[in-house]
Amino acid sequence: MNILEVQHISKYYYNPVPFQVLEDITFTVNKGQLLSLIGKSGSGKSTLLYILSTMDTDYTGKLWIDDELITGQSNDELAKLRNEKIGFVFQFHYLLQEFSCIKNVMIPALKLGKYSVEEIEYKALAKLEMLGIKDQALKPANRLSGGQQQRVAIARALINDPHIIMCDEPTGNLDTKNTALVFDIFRQLTSELGQTIITVTHDESFAKNSDRIIEVVDGQLLL
Amino acid sequence: MKNINTDIAITYLIVSKKFTLVAVLGVLLGMSLYIFMNSMLVGFDRVSNDSIFKNSPHIRIFKDGAISQPLQQSDQIKDIIINPKIVPATNNIENPYEIIQLIKNETFVTNVSPQITTTLFYNIGLLQVTGTVTGIIPNQANEMFDIQTNVVEGQIEDLTDNVNAIAIGKGIAQNFSLGIGDNINITSSKGVNKSMKVVAIFKTNNSKLDDTKSYVNLNTAQQLLMESNTYITDINVNIKDPEIATEKGKILSNITGYQSESWLEANESLMAAFTMRRLVIKIISFILLIVAGFGIYNILNMTVSQKINDIAILKAIGFKGKDVVMIFLTQALSIGAMGIIGGIVLDIALIALLQKVYIGGDIGYFPVGFEAGKFIQGIVIGGIIIFFAGYIPAKKAANVDPISIFRK
Repeated sequence: MNILEVQHISKYYYNPVPFQVLEDITFTVNKGQLLSLIGKSGSGKSTLLYILSTMDTDYTGKLWIDDELITGQSNDELAKLRNEKIGFVFQFHYLLQEFSCIKNVMIPALKLGKYSVEEIEYKALAKLEMLGIKDQALKPANRLSGGQQQRVAIARALINDPHIIMCDEPTGNLDTKNTALVFDIFRQLTSELGQTIITVTHDESFAKNSDRIIEVVDGQLLL
Repeated sequence: MKNINTDIAITYLIVSKKFTLVAVLGVLLGMSLYIFMNSMLVGFDRVSNDSIFKNSPHIRIFKDGAISQPLQQSDQIKDIIINPKIVPATNNIENPYEIIQLIKNETFVTNVSPQITTTLFYNIGLLQVTGTVTGIIPNQANEMFDIQTNVVEGQIEDLTDNVNAIAIGKGIAQNFSLGIGDNINITSSKGVNKSMKVVAIFKTNNSKLDDTKSYVNLNTAQQLLMESNTYITDINVNIKDPEIATEKGKILSNITGYQSESWLEANESLMAAFTMRRLVIKIISFILLIVAGFGIYNILNMTVSQKINDIAILKAIGFKGKDVVMIFLTQALSIGAMGIIGGIVLDIALIALLQKVYIGGDIGYFPVGFEAGKFIQGIVIGGIIIFFAGYIPAKKAANVDPISIFRK
């Protein structure tokens, strides 16, 4: 079953000189897949990820997520869609430093407003427990180690039970031990919870162990 | 359930306590000074007007001299008067009591009082001092000008029904070393000589008036001018709203057929000075509020720059542009609300304190009061400035492109 479909996506950068960064990209992603986007620096893989994440709307072609045409929706609609259906994990964890870990995890759910605060708190604790950092829940985010922060960020990405989790080099900043840990978590999410993960990575062993590898070379897919 | 936007805004405010405090203080000072200066202005205007209204009525009705005209007005024959002059007619108002009744019938009129003003000499031995004497109906004039509040000795009411009584200025009393019950000899412009008994001594804020002016009964003034008891030169009129005296004066002029002059016209240069004072205070106080607005703008701009990563991540996880605007606008409005409340509290304290400070002169206590209108005006104008001071950085935050932050 398709969770994400890309048809003929192209993108240009005009500054400082016109430059085609993505050329006629077409592919589909199945539900429950752990997909690695690899490629050299400047190949366009991050650009592709940001288009898939709906944050970049400046492209030609069409994008479907969960059988819904994304291309052409307004920024507010896209924001709502990201809140509901997409989770994000970045290379530099990007937690809100002033908030406690559990609050960071809760924010997307509070924004969604589907459950009561108590329910959200319970769910957030469950996610943190799953990631093995329940004991850190009440600490401010900036007191945690890098690996711990990345796990909080993953918990945040999971809180609304999204269809897809998009990651931009989630292990880029982590040591081997933590990388293995994050990979295990991702495996568990795809196989046990049926969530789809699309991740940009430079880590070869990480990519090798994923379900599918898409390599981007000079703005084109190397299948 | 508490809104997540508010929650984030409050967390930011608490985290940067010092900056929040500085911004709140800025608004507090700006707001309190704005309200205080404007309230003070109201007090100043009141004192100034009060001192004007002690000497001049809102509207004065009098007979203006007319240029002599040809006896026959005809289209065919043009009579020309060479070297025309002001007709040397009397300057009294005909049928004054009927006219007074006519004016009293107007609903906007609160107080009417007839008056005669003429020049005279105060005699002491061979020395003669020129001055003016005003013939009044004591209780009516007192109601209009509140003369009694200036009286330092005696009673102005003692002029009533006493054609030999006089109320003199403090200066005259000192120069002639007169007290209550002493006699003073006066000579009118018509040469009538009278010995008068001092029943009251008054002191105004104007020493020139104190040195020359005196009050007598209306009948005494008529005697001094050798006129009948229907001789009246001025009718003083007070109205409900002194600010529109000029327009109302024109109406009275049309009704009575005599000339009218409002206090605004009579004190034109003073009015110009007041207008300037008002303008300066209003501009300065407004600029103070704007400066307070800049304080909020600055601090919010800084917060936006500091939290740009947070903004990017919030937008990525599904916060809309208007959510981001709300987060930062809430901060601005919270700072503003705290500042405004603080400012009002400071104002109440300041006004309560200054009201007890004695300045002296005819001002007495510092002329400032609790002007509800000025408080509301300050809150409204301050609120608008604070809104924009917050909205501009908030809009900037909402326009942050998350990708440009993540790709750095």
